[in-house]
Amino acid sequence: MKRRPFRYWLQLALTLLVCAFLVVPVVMSILAGVTQNYFIGVKSGLTLRWVVEVWTLYSETIWRSIYVALATLAVTLVLGIPAAYALARAQSRWTRWIEELLTLPIAVPGLATALGLILLYGGWRDFRASWLFILVGHVLFTLPFMVRSVLAVMLAVDLRTLEEAAASLGASFRDRFFGVILPNVRPGILAGSLMVVTLSMGEFNMTWMLHTPLTKTLPVGLADSYASMRLEIGSAYTLIFLFMIVPLLVAMQWAAARMERSKG
Amino acid sequence: MARLVQVGGSGKDGFATYFAIVTNAQYFRSLVSTVALSLGVTIATLVLALVSGIFLQRNRFAGRGMLISLMTLPLAFPGVVVGFMVILLAGRQGLIGDASSRLFDEKIVFAYGMAGLFMGYLYFSIPRVILTIMASVEKLDPALEEAARSLGASTWQVTRDVILPALAPAIISSGAICFATSMGAFGTAFTLATQINVLPLTIYNEFTNYANLAMAASLSIVLGLITWAALALARSFAGAGVAAAG
Repeated sequence: MKRRPFRYWLQLALTLLVCAFLVVPVVMSILAGVTQNYFIGVKSGLTLRWVVEVWTLYSETIWRSIYVALATLAVTLVLGIPAAYALARAQSRWTRWIEELLTLPIAVPGLATALGLILLYGGWRDFRASWLFILVGHVLFTLPFMVRSVLAVMLAVDLRTLEEAAASLGASFRDRFFGVILPNVRPGILAGSLMVVTLSMGEFNMTWMLHTPLTKTLPVGLADSYASMRLEIGSAYTLIFLFMIVPLLVAMQWAAARMERSKG
Repeated sequence: MARLVQVGGSGKDGFATYFAIVTNAQYFRSLVSTVALSLGVTIATLVLALVSGIFLQRNRFAGRGMLISLMTLPLAFPGVVVGFMVILLAGRQGLIGDASSRLFDEKIVFAYGMAGLFMGYLYFSIPRVILTIMASVEKLDPALEEAARSLGASTWQVTRDVILPALAPAIISSGAICFATSMGAFGTAFTLATQINVLPLTIYNEFTNYANLAMAASLSIVLGLITWAALALARSFAGAGVAAAG
């Protein structure tokens, strides 16, 4: 093995330090979630008591988050794929503007969007009190990610040529859309879907403003438990959240890598 | 759609509410401290991420893949969870306080103020920026560096004159995203303390505690404009792809 210069070790040390900064709290939180008494430490014994307690207290929020995420996914699929298709087919000055508009949800803080929604629909009592209100917020926030992800693949595969070929063989628009376009952009749809679900599950900024006591989602419940429960419960709750979100994240990175490859 | 409403919401006092952010000392202070905090976080994140990003992309060693996936883990954490992580590190029962009380007999607790906020923003910014930097280091042409080296440039000179300029678009775009997310981050600040004077919390307090809709709406428009301007500026400098990251 060749000798590494001093600089190498310095860089390695800094990288490890950054990594520790990111990972140590996660490990602590996992440990605290299964420790009898965090104040005494791990030596007080390990337990699943807190996890069970969280489940009885907050399982409703966990299910609601899953529903909202899946509903958001369904809506963004139905709205996002046709939108991306329209943008891909009609590349003009207008579409540049629309694409610019699509970056807005990243720029505009969720807080502002939530405020806008409340001012617009807040007076409409039944809607305000139902989980659909949160769904609208999540769709607004995640739709651009779906459109961008699908659009990227649509622009990379030569859609026009494929469609012309299919049309010259007598395929109707419906056949073309379901038989040619959708299979070709599948990696983009997959990557976009995972992104939408992950974002929706973790969305807090907007949901905190939109939720009512009866429509709490997981992150809202988390904030609630951090503020008013003992540290172990907050940690156990975080542990459950990690169990749900980390597989999604891994799948998302895998899908993104696959999408890169398919773009060639 | 939402924007229109916000403009409508600010109609109560007319456009005067927009000027209040400059004329009212409290709002102005909150604006300045938010911008300063976000700039500080952006710079610190860029420095740390550049060193680790270049290092991780350039060197192959055992456990590298593991290290990278560990570092990207926080990507999926919402702000509230990040806030909780900071509390675990630097809060009342936190690791840093524990260690310092054992070493110096004094408990260091800084999670519930600006310092904690700085740490939290750093926490969620670093993974994003590292990924962007690594992707663009991968695309660098090693021949350029070899040419510079063969002409007698030192490592430092190569870094300064070849690597950094080549990475400039990635640095600008990820920096802008980092700045924008720090400006608007609400969850982290909310978990740590609701009395820190940063813009998202000011908006929240205006809305819930004082029911001052017009002020809250115009403050959020100002906030949205600042972050949008930062991203647009970066895009005009660095070309497309600025908004690509989540």
